[in-house]
Amino acid sequence: MSVTTTGHTDPTMIRNFCIIAHIDHGKSTLADRMLEITGVVEGRNMRAQYLDRMDIERERGITIKSQNVRLPWTGENGGSYVLNMIDTPGHVDFTYEVSRSLAACEGAVLLVDSAQGIEAQTLANLYLALENDLQVIPVLNKIDLPAAQPERYAEEIAHVLGCEPDDILRVSGKTGQGVRELLHRVVRDIPAPVGDPTAPSRAMIFDSVYDIYRGVITYIRVFDGRISARERIRMMSTLGTHELLEIGVISPEPVPVETLGVGEVGYLITGVKDVRQSRVGDTITNERQPASTPLGGYRDPRPMVYSGLYPIDGSEYPLLRDALDRLQLNDAALDYEPETSTALGFGFRCGFLGLLHLEIVRERLEREFDLSLISTAPNVVYRVELDDGGERVVTNPTDWPTGKIGTVYEPVVSAMLIAPSEYTGTIMELCQSRRGSLKGMDYLSEARVELRYTLPLGEIIFDFFDALKSRTRGYASLDYEEAGEAPSDLVKVDILLQGEAVDAFSAIVHRDKAYSYGVAMTAKLRELIPRQQFEVPIQAAIGSRVIARETIRAIRKDVLAKCYGGDITRKRKLLEKQKEGKRRMKMVGRVEVPQEAFVAALSTSDNPNRK
Amino acid sequence: MPSTLPDGDPAPPDGSLPASALASLGDRALGFYVHVPFCASRCGYCDFNTYTARELGGGASQLSYVDTAIAEVRLAAHVLGPDAPPLETVFFGGGTPTLLPSEHLAAILGEVRDRLGFASDAEITTEANPESVTARSLHRLRQAGFTRISLGMQSAREHVLGVLDRRHTPGRAAAAVAEARAAGFEHINLDLIYGTPGETAEDWQASLDAAIEANPDHVSAYALIVEDGTALARRVARGEIPAPDDDVLADYYEQADVALAQAGYLWYEVANWSAGRSARSRHNELYWTGADWWGIGPGAHSHVGGVRWWNVKHPAAYAGLVEAGRSPAHAREVLGPQARRTEQIMLGLRLRDGLSVSLLSAAGRRAAEEAVGYGLLSRVEHLGGRAVLTLRGRLLADAVVRSLLD
Ligand SMILES: Nc1nc2c(ncn2[C@@H]2O[C@H](COP(=O)(O)OP(=O)(O)O)[C@@H](O)[C@H]2O)c(=O)[nH]1
Ligand SMILES: C[S@@+](CC[C@H](N)C(=O)[O-])C[C@H]1O[C@@H](n2cnc3c(N)ncnc32)[C@H](O)[C@@H]1O
Ligand code: SF4
Ligand SMILES: [Mg+2]
Repeated sequence: MSVTTTGHTDPTMIRNFCIIAHIDHGKSTLADRMLEITGVVEGRNMRAQYLDRMDIERERGITIKSQNVRLPWTGENGGSYVLNMIDTPGHVDFTYEVSRSLAACEGAVLLVDSAQGIEAQTLANLYLALENDLQVIPVLNKIDLPAAQPERYAEEIAHVLGCEPDDILRVSGKTGQGVRELLHRVVRDIPAPVGDPTAPSRAMIFDSVYDIYRGVITYIRVFDGRISARERIRMMSTLGTHELLEIGVISPEPVPVETLGVGEVGYLITGVKDVRQSRVGDTITNERQPASTPLGGYRDPRPMVYSGLYPIDGSEYPLLRDALDRLQLNDAALDYEPETSTALGFGFRCGFLGLLHLEIVRERLEREFDLSLISTAPNVVYRVELDDGGERVVTNPTDWPTGKIGTVYEPVVSAMLIAPSEYTGTIMELCQSRRGSLKGMDYLSEARVELRYTLPLGEIIFDFFDALKSRTRGYASLDYEEAGEAPSDLVKVDILLQGEAVDAFSAIVHRDKAYSYGVAMTAKLRELIPRQQFEVPIQAAIGSRVIARETIRAIRKDVLAKCYGGDITRKRKLLEKQKEGKRRMKMVGRVEVPQEAFVAALSTSDNPNRK
Repeated sequence: MPSTLPDGDPAPPDGSLPASALASLGDRALGFYVHVPFCASRCGYCDFNTYTARELGGGASQLSYVDTAIAEVRLAAHVLGPDAPPLETVFFGGGTPTLLPSEHLAAILGEVRDRLGFASDAEITTEANPESVTARSLHRLRQAGFTRISLGMQSAREHVLGVLDRRHTPGRAAAAVAEARAAGFEHINLDLIYGTPGETAEDWQASLDAAIEANPDHVSAYALIVEDGTALARRVARGEIPAPDDDVLADYYEQADVALAQAGYLWYEVANWSAGRSARSRHNELYWTGADWWGIGPGAHSHVGGVRWWNVKHPAAYAGLVEAGRSPAHAREVLGPQARRTEQIMLGLRLRDGLSVSLLSAAGRRAAEEAVGYGLLSRVEHLGGRAVLTLRGRLLADAVVRSLLD
């Protein structure tokens, strides 16, 4: 291994960069080639998507947690360079983490699939990179594909970036073609980091990962001064102080070093066991000679989407609690508190960065902790101004104020949609039906259009992506970012069984959609809830006003009226099985509701994580 | 296709019973059941343990059945021992017992009489398909000692009999009743099925009227059940015919109860009506009250003193075991106090006589009170300390049983 691991590197010989791309445009594959070409990983040790370490990531082929790696590289001039490559998460749920990764770099490789062209995430990431003043190197990838159209998409990119189509590099992460030129280009075009080596140290945390053996591993980029092994450090936002047990660089396995100087990227270990004590975006400084101002940009993670998680088997509640405690060690954005539902029993109200985050947490709970869960329909955070001048933040429909309500605010996002231009009308219709307002429209080329909308987040988290994909035959891509809040005419719709509200089914919806929500939900429940010995009215209501009603007629026959002769055993066993089934029923008042009915009523057809 | 047997504990190869089970013999009535697992053809709805000659590779096994059956009668007599009380009831069921020559049925019955003895007023029943009996064969059966006959009428409507794959014509069941009466049978039952796809309320009324007109002293009316694995289930699955609708079945049940009551038949079990107490099926009452009986034949079930067992299903497997001198039992279970109580409540609640509220747990008693409130149990009977289903309660009997078992 030829990386200098002692002392620190001359900043002029360092290049810090990331690769930004739409999902599946080949970022991880390209990173693999870079590891190979720089000799950091020998070919025979290479496994696909080397840096995607979590099982879930490898299975889904997506990158959730960023990983960074230090690459030695001999420049065209013969100089020995250190290239720090930072692999950023690609999904909109993790925009903040992306922005911190970008802030650790001076440049970005903008990777575009030459068979697909620019997509929504390409642009969203590009804008983030430009906001962070990064030098952007545009690259067309997958030129080995027969369907590649590098000329066509070079035009698109040139149009967006205002550069010459000829300046755009063409590579194949699969064959390695063009990757050396790209690394030379990184050295040439991306500025070396600058900082004050004599100033009090300042390093930014851009990632923080829990490891069962070593505790939290914190990834940092040094801006000023130097960080040395065994010194005491301070987190400037959370104010925690820690003894450094180890610092090092990743190449691609962790290698301890004595110091990390200006411009360097590495990791540190303090023995802390919880990522919330080592937060992404925070600034690290020396405890005895602290810097006076932190590097900008720190922000507490803020859940955008809430959902109730309940164990299907109520006795698994303590296991669920332990599992959430454990997950939180590695997920500073995961927020939860106990809640009880009359329908679902004991569970947790959980806050997530977005739907993918929710899906990932849920899947990890089920997979790594072997739990079976029901999750309630996700909702966003509402701010309700009360008539008496008070205000309430609602993260759970059951907390919706009952009294006089003034203005209600809901979070909105600015969304970017890219699609072949023949779908423009379809997309506009969809966005209209989701209460979107058009903010702008641009042609990327003659054939492809970019639409910008402001949309309520609450409309997006409910099957929007699936609707978009199915209406555009999969050709549209979507990205969005928070854009504050907007007043809206929202109401809470309750679902009542025999006059009793079932908390798990209450929802906050726009007044214009309350009726269709009520009709759909009552109809669905009528199908799902078995007939009882008495008639069961199912109502949807806003406050005390009923807006939809269905009736489950009383069951009239529940008897085996057949000749069964002397086979009493079979009849008894059947009865015992029915009794077992009855035990698994949840009681809503007098109404027996099978667990499966809740699961089915709460599941939407769409799968939000397919992005 | 015949349905499957329950799982259970292994049964001893010599058919022996625990001493505790035998010790109480005589505390309860003892009955005898003879299963005859043969039919001319299989009705599409039927999952009873029965086989056509073709399925068994020819008629030989039907004709040798008499010998196998007699061998098990002897095993039964041996196991029950000399202290067993005389039989109160004997019941030949199927399948179609009357598919066998009357002499064979007479021979088996004779063996039962010789080995175990009959009480003086013993009830001796055989099931019969209407087209499988004649005035002469009925006469012979009566001569052999049968006192009661149960005829599978099912319906009086041609199109309903067609959907049910029955072989007899609409008028045949009533004619057979007249022939049986002429032959001197004391008790005659007609089985009816309601809710067959395509059967209207008028069709059902016509069947009820025809059954009443024939003047048996007992009627069983069964809701058509689409059993897994039957031809009927496949036709329903393919969408050829609709499954019976529970609400329609409930209507038809009420219709039957009214028509039968008006004609003087009163319910004494949810699916059984009789012209007076003496016309009840005493054999079936053994099943419902936890009494003892030995069942012989493939797939037959038995109960003696808290031990239930059941024979292997296939006639060939059955014959193999019996001919080798071994017990044909497939498995058995020894009922614990909990299972006995469950059965007592499950079976007793279906009866007009009901069950004593004192059998119930505290929670069960509360549930019984609630059921009175919902109109499922009779208020008057409840005051007298008995749980007895109302008409609505009969239709929801299984649900009431589940709640009383809490
Ligand atoms: N033909 C071809 N396929 C590629 C290339 N780069 C990536 N892929 C494939 O594209 C898919 C997505 O690649 P991946 O690196 O996981 O993309 P990421 O989501 O941006 O990290 C995978 O099936 C890769 O094998 C390339 O240069 N040529
Ligand atoms: C042991 S069976 C058969 C007796 C005789 N072989 C016959 O079919 O007439 C007794 C009765 O059960 C009833 N039965 C059989 N299968 C049924 C089903 N799937 N649903 C409802 N009743 C059924 C029929 O009324 C039948 O007469
Ligand atoms: S005749 Fe009776 S036993 Fe035979 S198949 Fe038909 S219903 Fe079943
Ligand atoms: Mg990836």
